[in-house]
Amino acid sequence: MIDKSALGAVGAPFELDVERGKIHEFARATASAHPAHFAGDDPVSPPTFLTTTFFWEQLVPDSNPWHRVRMSPERGMHAEQEYVFYGPPPRAGTRLRCQSRIAEIYDKQGRRGGTLTFVVMVTEFRDASGTLVAEAKMTGVETAQAPAEKA
Amino acid sequence: MNVRWEDVVPGSEPPPLVLGPLTRTDFVRYQGASGDMQPIHHDEPFARAAGYQAPLAVGMYHAGVMNTWATNWLGPENVRRTRVRWKAQAWPGDVLECGGTIARKYEESGERCVDLELVCQRQGDRQTVVEGWMTFVVPA
Repeated sequence: MIDKSALGAVGAPFELDVERGKIHEFARATASAHPAHFAGDDPVSPPTFLTTTFFWEQLVPDSNPWHRVRMSPERGMHAEQEYVFYGPPPRAGTRLRCQSRIAEIYDKQGRRGGTLTFVVMVTEFRDASGTLVAEAKMTGVETAQAPAEKA
Repeated sequence: MNVRWEDVVPGSEPPPLVLGPLTRTDFVRYQGASGDMQPIHHDEPFARAAGYQAPLAVGMYHAGVMNTWATNWLGPENVRRTRVRWKAQAWPGDVLECGGTIARKYEESGERCVDLELVCQRQGDRQTVVEGWMTFVVPA
Protein backbone atom coordinates (compact mmCIF):
# COMPACT_ATOMS: atom_id res chain seq x y z
CA MET A 1 0.00 0.00 0.00
CA ILE A 2 1.49 3.30 -1.09
CA ASP A 3 2.19 5.90 1.56
CA LYS A 4 0.83 9.06 -0.02
CA SER A 5 2.50 11.17 2.65
CA ALA A 6 5.74 10.51 0.69
CA LEU A 7 4.64 13.17 -1.82
CA GLY A 8 7.21 15.96 -1.75
CA ALA A 9 9.87 13.85 -0.04
CA VAL A 10 13.36 14.96 -1.11
CA GLY A 11 16.44 12.73 -1.04
CA ALA A 12 19.90 13.68 0.13
CA PRO A 13 22.09 15.00 -2.72
CA PHE A 14 24.52 12.51 -4.19
CA GLU A 15 27.26 12.53 -6.82
CA LEU A 16 27.50 10.56 -10.05
CA ASP A 17 30.83 10.48 -11.87
CA VAL A 18 30.33 9.85 -15.57
CA GLU A 19 33.24 7.48 -16.23
CA ARG A 20 34.75 6.35 -19.53
CA GLY A 21 34.97 2.63 -18.65
CA LYS A 22 31.43 2.65 -17.32
CA ILE A 23 30.22 4.19 -20.58
CA HIS A 24 31.98 1.40 -22.52
CA GLU A 25 30.44 -1.23 -20.25
CA PHE A 26 26.94 0.25 -20.44
CA ALA A 27 27.05 0.76 -24.22
CA ARG A 28 28.17 -2.83 -24.70
CA ALA A 29 25.43 -4.10 -22.36
CA THR A 30 22.82 -2.27 -24.47
CA ALA A 31 24.12 -3.65 -27.78
CA SER A 32 25.81 -0.45 -28.95
CA ALA A 33 29.13 -0.36 -30.77
CA HIS A 34 28.76 3.31 -31.76
CA PRO A 35 32.20 4.97 -31.84
CA ALA A 36 30.82 8.01 -29.96
CA HIS A 37 30.68 5.77 -26.86
CA PHE A 38 34.13 4.22 -27.35
CA ALA A 39 36.53 6.69 -29.01
CA GLY A 40 38.60 9.34 -27.25
CA ASP A 41 38.98 10.34 -23.62
CA ASP A 42 35.53 11.81 -23.08
CA PRO A 43 32.94 9.69 -24.92
CA VAL A 44 29.29 10.69 -24.65
CA SER A 45 27.05 8.58 -22.40
CA PRO A 46 24.16 6.51 -23.81
CA PRO A 47 20.59 7.88 -23.51
CA THR A 48 19.59 5.69 -20.55
CA PHE A 49 22.99 5.78 -18.82
CA LEU A 50 21.76 7.93 -15.93
CA THR A 51 19.95 4.85 -14.63
CA THR A 52 23.35 4.17 -13.02
CA THR A 53 22.05 6.33 -10.15
CA PHE A 54 21.08 2.84 -8.89
CA PHE A 55 24.75 2.41 -7.97
CA TRP A 56 25.69 5.92 -6.87
CA GLU A 57 22.71 6.59 -4.64
CA GLN A 58 23.56 3.49 -2.58
CA LEU A 59 26.71 5.28 -1.39
CA VAL A 60 24.71 8.06 0.28
CA PRO A 61 22.15 7.28 3.01
CA ASP A 62 18.62 8.65 2.42
CA SER A 63 19.41 9.75 -1.15
CA ASN A 64 16.57 7.70 -2.69
CA PRO A 65 13.15 8.93 -1.49
CA TRP A 66 11.45 6.12 -3.49
CA HIS A 67 11.77 3.93 -0.38
CA ARG A 68 9.43 6.31 1.45
CA VAL A 69 6.64 5.43 -1.01
CA ARG A 70 6.55 1.83 0.28
CA MET A 71 5.32 0.41 -3.03
CA SER A 72 4.38 -3.27 -2.80
CA PRO A 73 7.09 -5.51 -4.31
CA GLU A 74 4.39 -7.92 -5.56
CA ARG A 75 1.96 -5.38 -7.04
CA GLY A 76 4.36 -2.62 -8.00
CA MET A 77 6.20 -2.20 -11.29
CA HIS A 78 8.26 0.25 -13.31
CA ALA A 79 5.78 1.72 -15.79
CA GLU A 80 7.68 4.50 -17.55
CA GLN A 81 11.10 6.13 -17.61
CA GLU A 82 12.14 9.40 -19.17
CA TYR A 83 15.41 11.32 -19.54
CA VAL A 84 15.58 14.90 -20.77
CA PHE A 85 18.93 16.50 -21.73
CA TYR A 86 19.45 20.26 -21.89
CA GLY A 87 22.24 19.85 -24.44
CA PRO A 88 24.26 16.77 -25.42
CA PRO A 89 24.10 13.94 -22.87
CA PRO A 90 26.93 14.12 -20.31
CA ARG A 91 30.42 13.03 -21.32
CA ALA A 92 33.03 11.02 -19.42
CA GLY A 93 34.81 13.21 -16.91
CA THR A 94 31.66 15.02 -15.80
CA ARG A 95 30.78 14.97 -12.12
CA LEU A 96 27.05 15.35 -11.68
CA ARG A 97 25.32 16.44 -8.50
CA CYS A 98 22.00 14.61 -8.29
CA GLN A 99 18.91 15.00 -6.17
CA SER A 100 15.62 13.07 -6.28
CA ARG A 101 12.15 14.02 -5.12
CA ILE A 102 8.72 12.40 -5.12
CA ALA A 103 7.00 14.76 -7.53
CA GLU A 104 3.56 13.18 -8.08
CA ILE A 105 1.29 10.53 -6.59
CA TYR A 106 -2.09 9.97 -8.24
CA ASP A 107 -4.79 7.34 -8.72
CA LYS A 108 -6.35 6.11 -11.97
CA GLN A 109 -9.14 3.63 -12.58
CA GLY A 110 -7.73 0.50 -14.25
CA ARG A 111 -9.30 -0.87 -17.44
CA ARG A 112 -10.12 -4.15 -15.72
CA GLY A 113 -11.40 -2.47 -12.60
CA GLY A 114 -9.42 -1.71 -9.50
CA THR A 115 -7.43 1.38 -8.73
CA LEU A 116 -3.94 1.98 -10.05
CA THR A 117 -1.70 4.27 -8.04
CA PHE A 118 1.07 6.05 -9.96
CA VAL A 119 4.17 7.55 -8.35
CA VAL A 120 6.59 9.85 -10.17
CA MET A 121 10.12 10.49 -8.93
CA VAL A 122 12.14 13.26 -10.57
CA THR A 123 15.93 13.36 -10.34
CA GLU A 124 17.83 16.50 -11.30
CA PHE A 125 21.42 16.33 -12.56
CA ARG A 126 23.60 19.45 -12.29
CA ASP A 127 27.17 20.05 -13.39
CA ALA A 128 29.96 21.70 -11.36
CA SER A 129 28.61 25.17 -12.16
CA GLY A 130 25.13 24.23 -10.91
CA THR A 131 23.62 24.18 -14.39
CA LEU A 132 20.79 21.68 -14.86
CA VAL A 133 22.07 19.30 -17.54
CA ALA A 134 19.53 16.48 -17.34
CA GLU A 135 16.40 15.31 -15.58
CA ALA A 136 15.09 11.80 -15.02
CA LYS A 137 11.45 10.96 -14.44
CA MET A 138 10.65 7.50 -13.14
CA THR A 139 7.01 6.39 -13.01
CA GLY A 140 6.02 3.39 -10.95
CA VAL A 141 2.55 1.91 -10.67
CA GLU A 142 0.95 -0.25 -8.02
CA THR A 143 -2.06 -2.34 -9.01
CA ALA A 144 -4.91 -3.22 -6.68
CA GLN A 145 -4.37 -6.94 -7.42
CA ALA A 146 -1.21 -8.88 -8.18
CA PRO A 147 -0.23 -8.52 -11.88
CA ALA A 148 -2.30 -10.96 -13.94
CA GLU A 149 0.47 -11.47 -16.46
CA LYS A 150 2.61 -14.13 -14.84
CA ALA A 151 3.23 -16.34 -17.82
CA MET B 1 29.30 10.93 -39.31
CA ASN B 2 25.99 12.66 -38.88
CA VAL B 3 22.88 12.00 -40.92
CA ARG B 4 21.97 14.96 -43.15
CA TRP B 5 18.78 16.89 -42.41
CA GLU B 6 17.40 16.40 -45.92
CA ASP B 7 17.93 12.63 -45.59
CA VAL B 8 15.81 12.39 -42.43
CA VAL B 9 12.48 11.65 -44.09
CA PRO B 10 9.71 9.16 -43.34
CA GLY B 11 10.69 5.89 -44.98
CA SER B 12 14.41 6.46 -44.39
CA GLU B 13 14.36 4.73 -41.00
CA PRO B 14 16.88 1.89 -40.68
CA PRO B 15 15.56 -1.66 -40.31
CA PRO B 16 14.86 -2.90 -36.77
CA LEU B 17 17.70 -4.06 -34.56
CA VAL B 18 17.12 -7.75 -33.80
CA LEU B 19 18.03 -8.72 -30.24
CA GLY B 20 18.26 -12.24 -28.94
CA PRO B 21 17.42 -14.96 -28.24
CA LEU B 22 17.70 -13.22 -24.83
CA THR B 23 19.89 -14.98 -22.29
CA ARG B 24 20.32 -14.74 -18.55
CA THR B 25 23.88 -13.59 -19.29
CA ASP B 26 22.48 -10.57 -21.17
CA PHE B 27 20.46 -9.64 -18.08
CA VAL B 28 23.41 -10.07 -15.72
CA ARG B 29 25.71 -8.02 -17.97
CA TYR B 30 23.13 -5.23 -18.06
CA GLN B 31 22.50 -5.39 -14.32
CA GLY B 32 26.21 -5.08 -13.59
CA ALA B 33 26.47 -2.13 -15.96
CA SER B 34 23.45 -0.33 -14.48
CA GLY B 35 23.82 -1.16 -10.79
CA ASP B 36 20.27 -2.51 -10.55
CA MET B 37 20.86 -5.90 -8.91
CA GLN B 38 17.18 -6.86 -8.46
CA PRO B 39 17.40 -10.69 -8.07
CA ILE B 40 14.20 -11.43 -10.01
CA HIS B 41 16.23 -10.88 -13.22
CA HIS B 42 18.93 -13.50 -12.52
CA ASP B 43 18.13 -15.62 -9.45
CA GLU B 44 16.09 -18.59 -10.70
CA PRO B 45 14.78 -19.80 -7.28
CA PHE B 46 13.89 -16.21 -6.36
CA ALA B 47 11.97 -15.69 -9.63
CA ARG B 48 10.09 -18.99 -9.26
CA ALA B 49 9.17 -18.21 -5.65
CA ALA B 50 7.67 -14.95 -6.95
CA GLY B 51 5.48 -16.97 -9.34
CA TYR B 52 7.46 -16.56 -12.57
CA GLN B 53 8.59 -19.39 -14.84
CA ALA B 54 12.09 -17.91 -15.24
CA PRO B 55 14.03 -14.74 -14.46
CA LEU B 56 12.28 -11.95 -16.36
CA ALA B 57 14.17 -9.62 -18.66
CA VAL B 58 15.29 -6.27 -17.24
CA GLY B 59 12.92 -3.68 -18.71
CA MET B 60 15.64 -1.04 -18.90
CA TYR B 61 17.83 -3.50 -20.82
CA HIS B 62 15.68 -3.89 -23.91
CA ALA B 63 14.52 -0.28 -23.57
CA GLY B 64 18.21 0.66 -23.74
CA VAL B 65 18.70 -1.50 -26.83
CA MET B 66 15.67 0.16 -28.42
CA ASN B 67 17.43 3.49 -27.83
CA THR B 68 20.61 2.03 -29.39
CA TRP B 69 18.68 1.43 -32.60
CA ALA B 70 18.01 5.19 -32.73
CA THR B 71 21.46 6.41 -31.64
CA ASN B 72 23.13 4.16 -34.24
CA TRP B 73 21.22 6.17 -36.82
CA LEU B 74 21.05 9.76 -35.50
CA GLY B 75 24.07 9.85 -33.16
CA PRO B 76 24.30 9.47 -29.35
CA GLU B 77 25.46 13.08 -28.85
CA ASN B 78 22.27 14.36 -30.51
CA VAL B 79 19.73 12.83 -28.10
CA ARG B 80 17.71 15.42 -26.19
CA ARG B 81 14.88 13.33 -24.78
CA THR B 82 13.95 9.69 -24.39
CA ARG B 83 10.87 8.18 -22.81
CA VAL B 84 9.91 4.52 -22.60
CA ARG B 85 6.77 2.73 -21.43
CA TRP B 86 6.65 -0.99 -20.71
CA LYS B 87 3.72 -2.99 -22.09
CA ALA B 88 4.65 -6.61 -21.40
CA GLN B 89 7.38 -8.74 -19.90
CA ALA B 90 10.08 -10.47 -21.91
CA TRP B 91 11.76 -13.78 -21.12
CA PRO B 92 14.94 -15.72 -21.77
CA GLY B 93 14.69 -17.16 -25.29
CA ASP B 94 12.64 -14.27 -26.67
CA VAL B 95 13.82 -12.57 -29.84
CA LEU B 96 12.96 -8.86 -29.86
CA GLU B 97 12.84 -6.41 -32.76
CA CYS B 98 13.61 -2.79 -31.86
CA GLY B 99 12.78 -0.10 -34.40
CA GLY B 100 10.76 2.99 -35.03
CA THR B 101 9.51 5.71 -37.29
CA ILE B 102 9.80 9.48 -37.71
CA ALA B 103 6.85 11.20 -36.05
CA ARG B 104 7.75 14.85 -36.62
CA LYS B 105 10.50 16.98 -38.13
CA TYR B 106 10.71 20.64 -37.11
CA GLU B 107 12.90 23.60 -36.15
CA GLU B 108 12.78 24.93 -32.63
CA SER B 109 14.95 27.59 -30.94
CA GLY B 110 17.23 27.56 -33.99
CA GLU B 111 17.77 23.79 -33.86
CA ARG B 112 16.65 21.15 -36.32
CA CYS B 113 14.79 18.43 -34.42
CA VAL B 114 13.23 15.09 -35.15
CA ASP B 115 10.79 13.16 -32.95
CA LEU B 116 10.72 9.38 -33.21
CA GLU B 117 8.18 6.80 -32.14
CA LEU B 118 9.83 3.55 -31.15
CA VAL B 119 8.62 0.05 -30.55
CA CYS B 120 10.18 -3.16 -29.32
CA GLN B 121 8.18 -6.24 -30.33
CA ARG B 122 8.61 -9.93 -29.67
CA GLN B 123 9.05 -12.11 -32.74
CA GLY B 124 6.35 -14.74 -33.00
CA ASP B 125 3.36 -13.31 -31.13
CA ARG B 126 4.25 -9.71 -32.17
CA GLN B 127 3.53 -8.57 -28.62
CA THR B 128 4.73 -5.02 -27.99
CA VAL B 129 7.13 -5.23 -25.05
CA VAL B 130 8.17 -1.56 -24.84
CA GLU B 131 7.15 1.57 -26.70
CA GLY B 132 9.09 4.80 -26.69
CA TRP B 133 9.54 8.34 -27.87
CA MET B 134 12.81 10.15 -28.54
CA THR B 135 13.86 13.61 -29.69
CA PHE B 136 17.13 14.23 -31.52
CA VAL B 137 18.73 17.36 -32.88
CA VAL B 138 20.21 17.08 -36.38
CA PRO B 139 23.32 19.30 -36.60
CA ALA B 140 24.07 21.00 -39.90
